[in-house]
Amino acid sequence: MTPGTITPYRSRQTAKQDGFWQLAHAEWTKFRTLRGWMIAVVVAALLIDVIGLLVIRPHDQCGGSCWPSVPIGPGGEAVNDSFYLGRQPLAGNGSITVRVTSLTGATESGTGGRVLPGQTQSLRSDLMPWAKTGIIIKQSTRPGSAYAAIMVTGSHGVRMQYNYTGDLAGLPGTVSAASPRWLRLIRSGNTITGYDSANGSDWAKVGTVHLAGLAGTVQAGMFATSPLDFTPNFPNTYGESGGGNSPSLATGVLGHVSLRGGRPGGQWAGIEVGADGAGYSGPQIGFRQAHGQFTVTGSGDIGPVVSGGVNTSYDTETFAIHLDGGVFLALIIMAVIAAMFITMEYRRGLIRTTLAASPRRGRLLAAKALVIGLVTFVLGTAAVAAAVIIGTRISDDAGQYILPVSWLTEVRVIAGTGAMLALASVLALSIGAVVRRSVAAVATVIVVTVVPYLVGVTGVLPVSASEWMLRVGPAAAFAIEQSVPAYPQVIGQYAPPDYYPIAPWAGLAVLCGYAAVALALAAYLLRRRDA
Amino acid sequence: MNQTLAMARRGRPGPAAPSGAGFADALRAEWTKLRTIPGTAWMLGAICVLTVAVSAGVTAATKCPVGSACAADTTKVSLTGIEVGQALVAVLAVLAISGEYSTGMIRTTFAAMPRRSVVLAAKASVLTSLVLVTASVAVAGSLAAGRLILPGNGFTAARGFALVSLAHGPTLRAAAGSVLYLALIGLLSLAIATIVRDSAVAAGTVLGLLYVAPIITLFLGGEPTWQRWLERYVPTNAGLAIEDTIGLRHLPIGPWGGLGVLAVWAAGALIIGALMLRFRDA
Repeated sequence: MTPGTITPYRSRQTAKQDGFWQLAHAEWTKFRTLRGWMIAVVVAALLIDVIGLLVIRPHDQCGGSCWPSVPIGPGGEAVNDSFYLGRQPLAGNGSITVRVTSLTGATESGTGGRVLPGQTQSLRSDLMPWAKTGIIIKQSTRPGSAYAAIMVTGSHGVRMQYNYTGDLAGLPGTVSAASPRWLRLIRSGNTITGYDSANGSDWAKVGTVHLAGLAGTVQAGMFATSPLDFTPNFPNTYGESGGGNSPSLATGVLGHVSLRGGRPGGQWAGIEVGADGAGYSGPQIGFRQAHGQFTVTGSGDIGPVVSGGVNTSYDTETFAIHLDGGVFLALIIMAVIAAMFITMEYRRGLIRTTLAASPRRGRLLAAKALVIGLVTFVLGTAAVAAAVIIGTRISDDAGQYILPVSWLTEVRVIAGTGAMLALASVLALSIGAVVRRSVAAVATVIVVTVVPYLVGVTGVLPVSASEWMLRVGPAAAFAIEQSVPAYPQVIGQYAPPDYYPIAPWAGLAVLCGYAAVALALAAYLLRRRDA
Repeated sequence: MNQTLAMARRGRPGPAAPSGAGFADALRAEWTKLRTIPGTAWMLGAICVLTVAVSAGVTAATKCPVGSACAADTTKVSLTGIEVGQALVAVLAVLAISGEYSTGMIRTTFAAMPRRSVVLAAKASVLTSLVLVTASVAVAGSLAAGRLILPGNGFTAARGFALVSLAHGPTLRAAAGSVLYLALIGLLSLAIATIVRDSAVAAGTVLGLLYVAPIITLFLGGEPTWQRWLERYVPTNAGLAIEDTIGLRHLPIGPWGGLGVLAVWAAGALIIGALMLRFRDA
């Protein structure tokens, strides 16, 4: 450089100054350099963990051994597998056929019927809707092993159920001596096919199921069981009451039993499977044989465990309990920040500088949405992961049984909750850009997300109304936190925070839709309006 | 009118008073400010419409089918809209003060009225009067909706559900209490907004207190002592006890006691707000 020559300053930036990534980088710088915001987002993330881990229900009285060894089904879910079984080994292929002529039941809480004779406990006759008796082909008598069964139920007709979660409908109607039900299971390799018939000659196929890894010799037999007597307990301000669960038992009368493929001259032997999980243990339980008729009386259930401890003798939860309180606080903090991310620019007049530097306004909004969405997603996901993983461990130690789920489900809940927070932030940002008033944006986001949830949990609204709000409103996204499915064949308390009235991804998609519409409207108005 | 009288009594010449303004002037100034913002009228209308609409929607969805035993608190059901209406009351209250901070108007206000706690008292008075009038309309509308809709849904006199009526002592208490509840929520929100100043942060704080605190209370189910304590002292949980007309013995806190808890929250926040106004730069 010779003296006298002045080299004018030239920016080393390339000419493409309002490329999307430069914009996003600029927005990230704006976000990052406000210390208050950075502190707030970290606090939001920490709150998820602090509240999530505070909310443990300690069971001091049992110190980590509140539940018996819970059977785990072939699908990895916690199951009930308690019933009374009259069985024989079945080697290789074969079939079992019976005629069911009666299914009766009793509970300790029944009010309608008479007290059964010879009972010390006040058992009253009362048949549970999902009391069951029928025939079963089962890997072994170990609770949790694979099975397929066809059965008569209290008020749901003939069902074919398999591996705890599968449920297929057969002939409808109740069973009686005048209207018996014929049931048949045929094993061929790993395939089991169920048939039912009203007269023993016209058979209809109910279903064919495949039980992976079925042993060569399995147990085949007649069973009966009856789940805990439970009516969902919705807040009784609205006249929907229930709650409380008490043991029940079911008695099936079966005849015309024929087993093909069994050992010649084999005898039926009674055994109580999973006695730990049976609600009732008394002299009634058992397997009796007289004049070719078999009477089986059992208590318990063969099916999945649901949350809330409603069909078990121990308390069960999903890890949603570790999320909700903290996630809401985080959601509010992030909504406030996201709304301010745009309204602050209007208040300070910075928006004019911003728009002068990057005149493509839609792109600017996209960059802001990307930054706030990513920050929220990353921090939210990390915080939720910690709450879920540490929370499950602490719950375990505190004697709280968290229903096991597959790792895929766990990932879906963790990442999904992070995504829900991110979408709520984008929604707040977009509303902020539309109304340009942060109060309105914050209030709208909170009212549309938190309030439907609050009324869903506290039962301020009648169930039908709150379910509707949790289906069509942005609050539908909370469904992503549901980790265990609801089963129509198990009576449960299917209500938030464990169960939602919409499928997880569908719920998230609803919020996604709201955020997308708001963002599009915001981009349109940002282009049309003067800044 | 009152203000003219007050000025007449003090023998002051009129608006151009030389020394610091009195409470009546502050009231008048705040009333003018709030009245001339177009948003205020909209907000007040929205409070009425939203409260009555939610109440009517919920009562319409609440049914007592023939043959089943219902234990509904018809008054509380009719007043469900308060749960949503309070959010708008909170927003109105937050805007009453943080709007001034965001535009810088607050400096003009304090230049004209150097006694800051008087300004806050005047804001609180004007806001409370507006909320009381609006809430009365909203509560009356909600109860009327309940009175019209509930008998058609199976809540008939023959089944032990009297018509929702202000002649019924507990219902009158619930109605009057709900109006006071909304006024107290307004004061609490005003106070919190005075403390935090920024409108978005204030709205987040107030609505978090109103809606998330009850959720956290719910989830502390395993700690009965904590939960009981929170149910008594969280402003929403305690304050809304005023709406209960049946099963009072099972409430964690009595109706008036609960409203008292909310009043203590509002008063405490207002005192803190007044102190912060006094000792902080605007």
